[in-house]
Amino acid sequence: MTTLAPPAPAAAPRLPVSVASPKRTVSGMMANAALVLIGICFLLPLAWLVLASFDTSATYQTRIPASLSLDNFTAVLTPELTFIPLWNSLVISVGTAAITVIASLLAAYPLSRYQARFNKPFMYGVLFGTCLPITAIMVPVYSLFVQFNLLDSIPGTILFMAAASLPMAIFMTKNFMDSVPVSLEEAAWIDGASAMRALRAIVIPLMRPGIAVVSIFVFFQAWGNFFVPFILLLSPSKQPAAISIYSFFGQYGAIAYGQLAAFSLIYAVPVIALYVLVSRGIGGSFALAGAVKG
Amino acid sequence: MTTQQIVPGRGGAADVAVPTPGAPGEPARRSARRLARFLRMVPVAPAVALLATFLAGPIVWSLYGSFTNAALTGKNASDPQWIGFDNYVKLLNDPVFPLSLWLTVLFTLGSAVIAQNILGLGLALVMQKANKQVSSTVGTIIVAAWILPEIVAAFVCYAYFSQDGTLNQLLAVFGMTGPNWLYSFPMLAIILANLWRGTAFSMMVYQAALGDVPPEITEAAMIDGAGGAKRLAYVTIPMIRNTITTNTMLITLQTLSVFTLVYVMTAGGPGNDSTTLPILAYKEAFRFSNIGYGTAIATVMLLIGAIFSVVYIRALRPSKA
Repeated sequence: MTTLAPPAPAAAPRLPVSVASPKRTVSGMMANAALVLIGICFLLPLAWLVLASFDTSATYQTRIPASLSLDNFTAVLTPELTFIPLWNSLVISVGTAAITVIASLLAAYPLSRYQARFNKPFMYGVLFGTCLPITAIMVPVYSLFVQFNLLDSIPGTILFMAAASLPMAIFMTKNFMDSVPVSLEEAAWIDGASAMRALRAIVIPLMRPGIAVVSIFVFFQAWGNFFVPFILLLSPSKQPAAISIYSFFGQYGAIAYGQLAAFSLIYAVPVIALYVLVSRGIGGSFALAGAVKG
Repeated sequence: MTTQQIVPGRGGAADVAVPTPGAPGEPARRSARRLARFLRMVPVAPAVALLATFLAGPIVWSLYGSFTNAALTGKNASDPQWIGFDNYVKLLNDPVFPLSLWLTVLFTLGSAVIAQNILGLGLALVMQKANKQVSSTVGTIIVAAWILPEIVAAFVCYAYFSQDGTLNQLLAVFGMTGPNWLYSFPMLAIILANLWRGTAFSMMVYQAALGDVPPEITEAAMIDGAGGAKRLAYVTIPMIRNTITTNTMLITLQTLSVFTLVYVMTAGGPGNDSTTLPILAYKEAFRFSNIGYGTAIATVMLLIGAIFSVVYIRALRPSKA
């Protein structure tokens, strides 16, 4: 690249290239300005949500509320609107995460520790499963649930959601387990521990951060999922918050913007809080994406 | 994989004494070993059962159901008839299907492959240069849009793009009267909404990848006189090429199956102007109660997803081997 330099290099004195501290001032300021601009674009829609939730006469316009009031929150904090749906959300998400994590730990152990002819095709199948658009199978799943008489059943929904998140969970769990050295288990085996005992007493404690990542990943997906319960759960008493917000929007959305915003915020806060905790706890904000990167 | 050379048996200690696999053992012993080898795979069973019942089952059912006239209600609900390729013939003759396919391609290409990819990479690059405080604050805002439950994100975007929403309020400041975005430009609105919601993923993936590019190489190029653009084109991008492939495949597959955002913002309308394939399958199956026909659309989506998955797995393989 240096050969491209003009024939008379001495003519124009070049700016000295400093490797240790690259030109910070100009390019750094431009970078900051660009980031702030993009940040504002991303913030504007969020700002509406927060401001409208404290505004009793909110519209779709973003504005500072005339008076800060918690009326919207008190209006939606009723058992039918908030507490039962949130409880359902919690049951579904925790149930899904628990089943997924247990099933994928059990499956990942032989896949990670033993060699079998079954492993390779299974892992390819799992990898293939991580890519499948779940939205596409909802119509056949609905028919299946009708056949099995599982429609409008929370356990059925949990089982389906667990199955849908299993491919990714098995893939992640196996990757985490592969990085736990086998030598410790060998010691346990020689001491007469069974494989399951070794898994429980040695492997699981060693891969606790990995298990946390997988369970939170699954929990997030289940908590935010709208389409699956929208299709599979019919009675309002069983529906999670995502659906009750949607029905609220259909019934009162056009009049009670503030309440809709407050309701959405209440529903979103648990995952935001969990995310903040996780990104503090498990090295850096991109632990989740890093794990997905594989 | 470091674990492969160590192949202990189920009981561990008992198996240490077993002779090398090639040695001629008594048949009883060999079958016992086969049993042990089978038994140690038993823990995979719950996962296999779940996957077979709730993923593989529906996929097979999807193939089968698309050849029937199953309906949500009426006599075809209890006793669907085999109608061969009729659903697919109908699909090919349905004017909405090509439109929907095109809108899905437009949505996926526009919002994920191009916009999220470029904006995500751009953000990750700019964040390396910018002030730490600024980039972490902006990063948090962008990730917040990604963390929100999808229904909340969809409402927020609905509010933002509606007739008297924030976007038009902003345009009014500059003396412009904005249209009703959700009605006049539904595809643009949902593409921008998906960009807003999805960019964080690409940004985080690229941040991690750029962190792995050794600074010595970029510095060497710098000393050789390569400017910023050249360093990016000849050093940084070739070094993170694998990440770009992986990320593009992942966000493509994610965007392909976006339902909630589109359903809440436009419900596929006006008319069919933003009816992507997931919306079309939903409408046909549940609103017009043609389960068989909806399943045929779902099968097409599964096929598209499967093609992408195979490409993705092939792209991943060299790095895994």
